[in-house]
Amino acid sequence: MTRKPQKTKPTKVKMSKKALLEIKALHVTVDGKEILKGMDLVLNRGEVHAIMGPNGSGKSTLAYAMAGRGGYEVTKGRILYGGRNLLRMEPEERAAEGLFLAFQYPVEIPGVANTTFLKEAFNAIRKHRGEGELDAMQFLKLVRQKTKELGISDDMLRRPVNVGFSGGEKKRNEVLQMAVLNPDLAVLDETDSGLDIDALKVVAEGVNALRSPERAMLVITHYQRLLDYIVPDRVHVLAGGRIARSGGKELARELEEKGYAEFAEAAA
Amino acid sequence: MAGNSIAVRPFVEQFAALKAGLPGTGVPWLGDLREAAIERFGDLGVPTPRLEAWKYTRLRPLEKTAYRAVGEADAAADAGRLPSVLGAAAGHRLVFVNGRLRPDLSTPGALPDGARIESLRDALASDPGALEAQLGRIGVLDGQPMLALNTAMMDDGYVLRVGPGVALPAPVEIVFLGGTADEPVACHTRNLILLDEGSRATVVEHHLGAGKGAYFANGATEISVAGAAHLTHHKVQAEGSGALHLATVHAEVGADATYEGFCFATGARLSRYEVGVRLVGSGANCSLTGAYMMRGDQHCDNTTVVEHTVPDTSCREVFKGVLDGKARGVFQGRIVVREDAQRTDGNQTCKTLLLSDRAEIDAKPELEIYADDVKCSHGATVGAIDEDALFYLRSRGIPEAAARGLLVRSFLAETLHDVKPEPLAEALEEMIAAWLSQAANGEQHE
Repeated sequence: MTRKPQKTKPTKVKMSKKALLEIKALHVTVDGKEILKGMDLVLNRGEVHAIMGPNGSGKSTLAYAMAGRGGYEVTKGRILYGGRNLLRMEPEERAAEGLFLAFQYPVEIPGVANTTFLKEAFNAIRKHRGEGELDAMQFLKLVRQKTKELGISDDMLRRPVNVGFSGGEKKRNEVLQMAVLNPDLAVLDETDSGLDIDALKVVAEGVNALRSPERAMLVITHYQRLLDYIVPDRVHVLAGGRIARSGGKELARELEEKGYAEFAEAAA
Repeated sequence: MAGNSIAVRPFVEQFAALKAGLPGTGVPWLGDLREAAIERFGDLGVPTPRLEAWKYTRLRPLEKTAYRAVGEADAAADAGRLPSVLGAAAGHRLVFVNGRLRPDLSTPGALPDGARIESLRDALASDPGALEAQLGRIGVLDGQPMLALNTAMMDDGYVLRVGPGVALPAPVEIVFLGGTADEPVACHTRNLILLDEGSRATVVEHHLGAGKGAYFANGATEISVAGAAHLTHHKVQAEGSGALHLATVHAEVGADATYEGFCFATGARLSRYEVGVRLVGSGANCSLTGAYMMRGDQHCDNTTVVEHTVPDTSCREVFKGVLDGKARGVFQGRIVVREDAQRTDGNQTCKTLLLSDRAEIDAKPELEIYADDVKCSHGATVGAIDEDALFYLRSRGIPEAAARGLLVRSFLAETLHDVKPEPLAEALEEMIAAWLSQAANGEQHE
């Protein structure tokens, strides 16, 4: 009897199942002080995770370290993004590879129109990806479609970047940038800070409109109320520079009731 | 005498040798004016840092380089293809090569009745008497040796006269090309802008240089803006990298009249733009705006003196500099408010962006106030690129060099947003982009 050679099935790796972001034992030092002390996190495409935690627990440090801000020194551990070493990339390269950080305090840039800024960023990313740049007319068409979807007035496009914007307008401008730049991974750093409930709802709607199976989001917040509107798949508590606890969305409500006292003790 | 008398000698000798051939020979008042001016120049000497007004700018090229006077051959030099900062928007265009008018390169346009533009040589040849009341009278020679030298040696330039109530429909473009000679030459161009009551004009000067050789452009402009008239006077200074560029502007502004001076500079090894404005009629108003971008070992000096002599006059000054390499900027802003000049409104800002830790700015505001009901303010800031803004832009995917470029534009924007006509604004954008791309390529002017 002859044996048929057995075919080996190639194992298919589905991109959507693979972790988009893997943070392993991350240690980050700012001004000589260790803020993150061995943090771990895995985030897949299509998922929205929330990072909650008391003030000073390292939430913004995590966001800045991911985006590559100077002065945030990674002393140990690593961050893999799509399987690549994120920490080796310049900030602009991280953005071009699909990482977006919505700033807690967006920066004002006088004399540069919002559209000019958006077009510069959009085309820089296209160029990095080997795609053709859009001219002024093509870009305006695209950006107008986004402002319409998000219910943002075109007036905001003509004004200089964030100059004279209210707190709510600044955050909406962050969401507009996210919509235009179309990232794979969006990190929202305390997007709710300084917003009243109406502005918060508008911003949350904008973020929800951008949820997709291809995109992952990391929502950093101190308060549970943002998570009433942007409902996460997982909630992590960052305390003392590490993830102290993880759970489902109900964890956020529990924290709202009990506060961070138990974690403050754990961190001490 | 605090000036340098040794550097004076070659010019005094040149004057003696050339005076018989200078334009307007035989016109007695002009001859007297020139003789008095060369004497004044000799008395004052070439300025040195021992003079308070020249504390930060030393005219070293005048100590080291022998500049000969321009001649016919220099004026006839091949100018190559000359750029235009106005293009089709220019109503009238005059081109000067090494200080002399080149009719073959100029494109005259139709000016309305009552408006006239011509070269100084032509104006002095046809009707010198018509200039007697203004030429050398608006400009004040006290403490002004380089203006005195210009007055003695003035060779050519433009004369724009706009009659009462006449408005020029399009801007006038004047191009000054230098640096075409093989050896260092000196040009003393003298311009005159005379706006009668209620008239309006926009003049755009473009100074540029061919090559890298040394030359000396010692220009002077006298301006009279009569009651309710409005002059917009733009200047683009893109001289060659070996140039010494001195420009003295003296303006007199009448009641309810406006003088708007703007200077954008990227050129010359050493430059000084010195503007003196006298607000002599109630309601007179002036704005002086400067933007400059320097690198390598360039030195750029902006010196302003605004004199409020009557009640209810105002002036706004904004000067912004971008300095890279070992470049050095100087801003001296003097505001004088005379006893009678009540309700003066004066505002002065000088901001500098240092792109290198070897660059330097010296900013010196001076307020001299003799009236008691005035509003005068001044402020100076010096800073580097804002790291937070830089990171914000980079976090959006904008590469570092482009992000720095955007922030430089952001810094200069305030000085540029009122620049009209549109083609000039676009030309300046291109010059800024070219300057920035040189920075990105690490090119230096040294």
